Amino acid sequence: MSSLLSNFMSFSRINGDSKVAPFVVVLLVVTALASSCNLLMPEDSVFYVSTYTITLLGKYLCYAMLALAVDVIWGYCGILSLGHGAFFALGGYAMGMYLMRQIGDRGVYGNPELPDFMVFLNWSELPWFWQGMDQFWVAMLMVLLVPGLLAYLFGWLAFRSRVTGVYLSIMTQALTYALLLSFFRNEMGFGGNNGLTDFKDILGFDLQSDNTRVTLFIITALMLSGLLVLSKKIMQTRFGKVIVAIRDGESRARFIGYRTENYKVWLFVYSAMIAGIAGALYVPQVGIINPGEFSPINSIEIVIWVAVGGRGTLVGAIIGAILVNYAKTKFTAIMPDGWLFALGAMFVLVTLYLPKGLMGLVAQLKDRQLQNVNNRPNDKAEEGHA
Amino acid sequence: MSILDTTREVMRRDQVWPFLQDHSQDVDISHQVLLYVEGLNLSFDGFKALNDLNLYINDGELRCLIGANGAGKTTLMDVITGKTRCDSGTVYFGQSLNLLEKDEAEIAQLGIGRKFQKPTVFEAHTVMDNLELSLKSNKSVIPTLLATLNSEEYDRIDHVLETIGLKAERMMLAGSLSHGQKQWLEIGMLLMANPRLLLVDEPVAGMTVQEGERTAELLTSLAGERTVVVVEHDMEFVRSIARTVTVLHQGSVLAEGTMDEIQNNQDVIEVYLGEAP
Repeated sequence: MSSLLSNFMSFSRINGDSKVAPFVVVLLVVTALASSCNLLMPEDSVFYVSTYTITLLGKYLCYAMLALAVDVIWGYCGILSLGHGAFFALGGYAMGMYLMRQIGDRGVYGNPELPDFMVFLNWSELPWFWQGMDQFWVAMLMVLLVPGLLAYLFGWLAFRSRVTGVYLSIMTQALTYALLLSFFRNEMGFGGNNGLTDFKDILGFDLQSDNTRVTLFIITALMLSGLLVLSKKIMQTRFGKVIVAIRDGESRARFIGYRTENYKVWLFVYSAMIAGIAGALYVPQVGIINPGEFSPINSIEIVIWVAVGGRGTLVGAIIGAILVNYAKTKFTAIMPDGWLFALGAMFVLVTLYLPKGLMGLVAQLKDRQLQNVNNRPNDKAEEGHA
Repeated sequence: MSILDTTREVMRRDQVWPFLQDHSQDVDISHQVLLYVEGLNLSFDGFKALNDLNLYINDGELRCLIGANGAGKTTLMDVITGKTRCDSGTVYFGQSLNLLEKDEAEIAQLGIGRKFQKPTVFEAHTVMDNLELSLKSNKSVIPTLLATLNSEEYDRIDHVLETIGLKAERMMLAGSLSHGQKQWLEIGMLLMANPRLLLVDEPVAGMTVQEGERTAELLTSLAGERTVVVVEHDMEFVRSIARTVTVLHQGSVLAEGTMDEIQNNQDVIEVYLGEAP
């Protein structure tokens, strides 16, 4: 028994205390079960999972991906971004533009070229940035490029001037707030206040059908697993070690020859792209994207998900996002006005009593258990001597 | 440079384009002097931290800098390593490399290692990872992403671990080391980069006597092969390692010589040793 335990300990020492592999297995099994229970079970069976639930799960997984993006930058590099909702929304808008173009002449005004809101505003032709968005691959490219480019520009300016800490966080808030205000304007050409909605189909598949919903859910789960594994791998390379080194001693890292600003910029771009992908998967499942997604509150919520799960653990961020959003769904059904108070209370409690989040709690409990196991044989031996 | 000159430079047929040339330079020490610091001035809000400071460090030398608090020792190191910009003056590494126009990372890659006053190691990494990060290697983003340790680099890490006496602790987190061990690890991190010049700021602060002795041994064994500049308050320690001592006072050099000469120098006795009996 003890040799087995020590074997396990040495394994976990070499492979790190990683929970990525077990988590991915659980995630994929749950996804497969939920999907098959939706498609194969009759509607009156106890095992039937409703399409509403599938979409809800898909939404949670998109949030989880967003939390992963924030954890990569906050947990590993110590950059507290309070503007990741902006990258999420930009990815979502890119997908939304594609879905708008897919509507074609089935809109209220029946214009084959222009989305409804443009007809309503008396625009005669598509603005230049809507050109090509009817192609799926162009839209997908934009999902990555637009958040990536914005993150590069912002990061290049901020990190090169050595802006850090709370000042950087405030700037990211300002960034998302500025985008919120500009996307509210009708002249921007993104549907103003109402955003983009009334989507019909994606790549020719009906968005309302169960099959499409389940497929979107499965794609989200696969993407999340893939990005989780990729992020873990990146953090295990020397690049990842430099990132953690920057978090713990930026000037030391600079004095051993690393241009820390370049590392931070590229990690920020990577993180923004993950957020963009999350947004793009979110929009077809929820059916709408509007400027509300840019609101600063949203970005702060993401940080709370990560803090609850435990930052710097990747898996923790995902679990935190899913749990908090599940709580939100339940709580807002019972007491809609109380949710923000509950969220605030949760943040205070986690910061005070669980500085390492739920993952830290699990590790603590495991440590205590191990200590008990280690102590017991010693006790007996001492008794024998006495 | 005017547009015409730039165009001419780009169109020259006897060399490849400027941006394709290899700009990496080796340190030129043909005059036996590794570091030239001349006429350095720096003031913070009217306070002159450095005042027309001149300092020459020979190649392979072990030099001690002493001076009261605020004499400009740490500020001088900040200027040499590119952390602080000076108001006027020149700092040359060898004959040809102007350090004032380079940033911290570039200066580090030229072969100038710096140890801080407070030990700064990467606490969340193991001792081994700390050393791996400090390896002399291409430190831009993509090569670092793809980097793996080869056997030669493993040997190098082993060698340094032996030098700093942390072989048994290689898998421990740097954060759980004792204060003295952290100091050695930081020196080890500098050694990994194979530097020409080591700037060591108060290496024995907070160490026990035995630890201090080992540190003295370590630093003296490094000199010769490398050039070492040590800033220290502990006079016993300075006496045990120093061959040449430079005394700084109010941002400029007050005296320079062997320990005995320094102790008998009237100026020094007045401003430094005299104050604290």
